[in-house]
Amino acid sequence: MSSVSANKNMPGFGLITWLGIAFLYVPIIAVVIFSFNAGRLITVWEGFSLDWYAKAFQNPDLQRAALNSMIVAVSATTIGTVIALAAALALHGGGVPRPVKTASYTLMALPLLVPEIVIAVTTMAFLSALNLRLGLGNVLIAHIVFCIPFAYAPIRARIATIPKSMTEAAKDLYADDWQTFRHVTLPLLAPGIFSGALLAFITSLDDFIITLMVAPPGATTLPVEIYNKVKRGITPEINAAASMLLAVSIFIVLLSYVINRKKAD
Amino acid sequence: MGLSRGTTLLLPFLAIMVVFFVLPLCIAIGYSFMAPDPMGGVKAEFSVAGYQRFLYSPDLQGNLHLDTRYLEIIFKSTLLAIFATGLCVVIGFPMAWFMATRPEKQRDFWMILVTIPFWTNLLIRTYAWILILRDTGLVNSMLQEAGIIDEPIKLLYTPFAVGLGLVYSYLPFMILPIYSSLERMDWRQVEAARDLYATRLQTLRHVVLPACIPGILGGIVLVFIPTVGSFLAADMLGGGKQMMLGNLIENQFGMGRNWPFGAAISVILIAGVMIGLMVIARRGQGLKEVVG
Repeated sequence: MSSVSANKNMPGFGLITWLGIAFLYVPIIAVVIFSFNAGRLITVWEGFSLDWYAKAFQNPDLQRAALNSMIVAVSATTIGTVIALAAALALHGGGVPRPVKTASYTLMALPLLVPEIVIAVTTMAFLSALNLRLGLGNVLIAHIVFCIPFAYAPIRARIATIPKSMTEAAKDLYADDWQTFRHVTLPLLAPGIFSGALLAFITSLDDFIITLMVAPPGATTLPVEIYNKVKRGITPEINAAASMLLAVSIFIVLLSYVINRKKAD
Repeated sequence: MGLSRGTTLLLPFLAIMVVFFVLPLCIAIGYSFMAPDPMGGVKAEFSVAGYQRFLYSPDLQGNLHLDTRYLEIIFKSTLLAIFATGLCVVIGFPMAWFMATRPEKQRDFWMILVTIPFWTNLLIRTYAWILILRDTGLVNSMLQEAGIIDEPIKLLYTPFAVGLGLVYSYLPFMILPIYSSLERMDWRQVEAARDLYATRLQTLRHVVLPACIPGILGGIVLVFIPTVGSFLAADMLGGGKQMMLGNLIENQFGMGRNWPFGAAISVILIAGVMIGLMVIARRGQGLKEVVG
């Protein structure tokens, strides 16, 4: 047994991995630590304090941006997940002509393959050509588009694991299509739908460049507001706002992991 | 003619994607062949000025002069993207190897460690480097404290900072696909090679590397595309001096007020990415046949 693992080990790879993980985490941890720093000087530790969190919570710009972020992320996730679920059911079941299927798969992959900046400027140019001024609605439209592929992937993976015999059994027992979907397919798909929704939510919450381009004044989200603040000068309350956003993202990743783990059990 | 139920379910998806994704891309292609409106937007007349701008810029009289500024930005950002992608392979491969060879229970832990940065906010992760690299930042204050330097070293707003930011941002995108191909690999082949007196390097070169070519290619695609069009790293860590393609495009649609040029750069960028993808897909498949 020992020789087996010895063959697999490459000298130095363990060290590179630990250094790589440190590289990935030190900056994140630095932001969080500084957000608790009492002093205004960002690099000198002057004791623990929650003042900057209080300041961030009281800041009207940050408040509005956080609210916008929540509204957009929740709406884009809900709409995007429903559309992705419908698409996944359609593409998995029969009845869709082959060319339409191929086109749909391409459309699912494209938002991930086209550089984000291009999606950002083309969407912005398009909305402005339509003269569409829906405020936060403009942001929502853009977010729905890129949320769909993220919501789709886990649902699709889950559908593939459902044996046909399940739905056939329901049909044999005289369940109609809706009853089969509601009482058999949907419960079986639930973990996939949930983890798709989480991925869509996190993607929407984290998006920066597309929102920066399409958001009209007053419809900025938290990342865009943080960016605007950084451009005007770094203050410790930015660290507090950033840390809270990080906490939400990390919580959602862990939640999605727990759900996936349950699914595997 | 009635649509089948499957197609009906697919309609909302198709409608949204065609109207809000494909149509804007087509319109951008159209815009790239129009004349710029100095107030922003385009004038509805045919013009190749957007593409001419790659090589020539007009003076006040409207005469064209050779101007390679933009070509240089394109060249430089492609080079930086290649460099960053290469560095991600060099760091990501050993990490993926190490993770894939841990006992099964530990692998989950490592996966979570790499997945968390993958999904955390890119803006904040880039911003964090400002705190570390600036003159009064972590690195400089630590070095000064230790008495190694007297004056802060200029780290922020350099090409180094941009490259570092790019590698940092997209390293997890490289580790994950390589890891998944290594995890599926039959490690008994490695033992067989070692039993036949292959050195570690020979085993790496002739057994492991061929098996994870699809993972590496996947990682290259996932890292190179966002890197070459990246906006944040150059904007926040390059201080506006180290422009990349993404910044150039944003600039033309923003302050630059030259939408046709911005659209033309976007068209060229997408074309480049698509050609690259096709080459990789073809090579990847060819390799899959060879490897089995």
